[in-house]
Amino acid sequence: MPALFAYGFLQRAFLAGVLIAVACAVLGVFLILRKDAMIGHGLSHLAFAGVALGLFLNVLPLGAALVVAVGASLAIVKLKDRAGLHGDTAIGIFSSLGLATGILLASLGRSFNVELMSYLFGDILAIEPREVWLSVGLAAAVLAAVRLNYGKLLFMTFDRESARAAGVKVGRLDTLLMVLTAVTIVLGMKVAGILLVAALIVIPAAAGLQVASSFRGAVGASAVVAVAGVAGGLGLSLVLNIPASAAIVLLCFLAFALLFLRKKGRGLRAAPDRD
Amino acid sequence: MSLVVLRRVAFAYERTEVLVDVDLTIEEGDFLALIGPNGSGKTTLVKIILGLLRPTAGEVEIFGRRPSEFVEWDKVGYVPQKATHIDPFFPASVEEVVGMALVAGRREGGRPGREAKGKVRRALEVVGLGELGREAIGRLSGGQQQRVFIARALVTSPRILFLDEPTTGVDAETQASFYDLLDRLNKSEGLTIVLVTHDIGIVNKHVNRVACLNQKLVYHGDHAAFCRSDAFRDLIGRGDHLISHEH
Repeated sequence: MPALFAYGFLQRAFLAGVLIAVACAVLGVFLILRKDAMIGHGLSHLAFAGVALGLFLNVLPLGAALVVAVGASLAIVKLKDRAGLHGDTAIGIFSSLGLATGILLASLGRSFNVELMSYLFGDILAIEPREVWLSVGLAAAVLAAVRLNYGKLLFMTFDRESARAAGVKVGRLDTLLMVLTAVTIVLGMKVAGILLVAALIVIPAAAGLQVASSFRGAVGASAVVAVAGVAGGLGLSLVLNIPASAAIVLLCFLAFALLFLRKKGRGLRAAPDRD
Repeated sequence: MSLVVLRRVAFAYERTEVLVDVDLTIEEGDFLALIGPNGSGKTTLVKIILGLLRPTAGEVEIFGRRPSEFVEWDKVGYVPQKATHIDPFFPASVEEVVGMALVAGRREGGRPGREAKGKVRRALEVVGLGELGREAIGRLSGGQQQRVFIARALVTSPRILFLDEPTTGVDAETQASFYDLLDRLNKSEGLTIVLVTHDIGIVNKHVNRVACLNQKLVYHGDHAAFCRSDAFRDLIGRGDHLISHEH
């Protein structure tokens, strides 16, 4: 199998896949603990509308998806802040809007349905060199932004009111987190496809949260699960001739299931001691 | 020196008035109890001072600046109400929780460096938890968690500390050692403390100033005079909202 990695297309797939999956996993830890795990699903549906719009207007689908998903993420933040909508209502509304718009555009421009399918199911092995460099650059920017704001994001995630009282600009960080998630979801479309990209946000992070007693540990463990999922999924895809996106997501789920059962077995989820 | 000044502060949630014409000054070195029945506006007042809520009328100054213009939040420590009602499965170590306050005011908000780790260790030693830095916060007892949040509020070496009903749900023995710690911080370190409480026993034993709130400020002065005041008799008469412990 190592010989397979001599192929350029596989190197590109591995490099882009690993970086994007790590970005997804790191963001996922914050999103799950903020109870915003479903934002990935919402933004992937909006990215679908963006891809359909790009194909309809004959412009770069990835670029159109980026504009639509980032714009919608900002709108979701504003709606959550100011409209007084409960919980994830704003995500639900925009998610449905994205899907409906995408279906409408796909129906209007019948000639591009085949290309749209490749975005729906993902095709990491067909990733082009310019897409690799775009993905590498954006994923690195996402990880750098998280690293620069790591402490403040952690404080806000753990105790929003105290973070505000300590001078953390939580509104700006909400916006930053949503924009980074939108960018990462768009990048992840090529790895896992629109239908499965949200899994890269939720499953590795949920797996990492099963083993960690510190936040740093949770982020590290999530990244390890994500990298293992991409590497293993790509390998299985080549050996068994199965879709890479499905193999990656199923391997991540397997890791989650094993870590969950291990934790259950050790009784770590027993209620902590109280006074 | 006055650390906090409120002039004719009012606040309302939609049409419900919570605070009316509150004038209050907190001086450096005060150990002030902010007391009053449920719904009297104590927590709201603290949130207004900290800039978490905007008053509907009046002026607020903290270290001589409006909260919206104030930037030196490391001078202010805060332990919110229900601080210990955290998600017990949140994956944060005690060191991580205490270190959070150190990145809050920085331009870049990355991970704490070596100097910050030293401050975290010292803050944990002050509250008697020096050995538990690597423990997951969710696995500590309520009393230990309370001390972690005090350590987080102290790690920036603040000049004023706000505590909003910090011992709710904590046993009497842990409460006693907790208030001894606050006494020490106030008397030895000169830390100004503002304590929101229902507990008249705390007022009797530990604080030197009292502000009694019931929408309006009905009393503000020293502790001894408060115990002889009509405001005190009114509060004791209410009974249903106040508790009294011997610590």
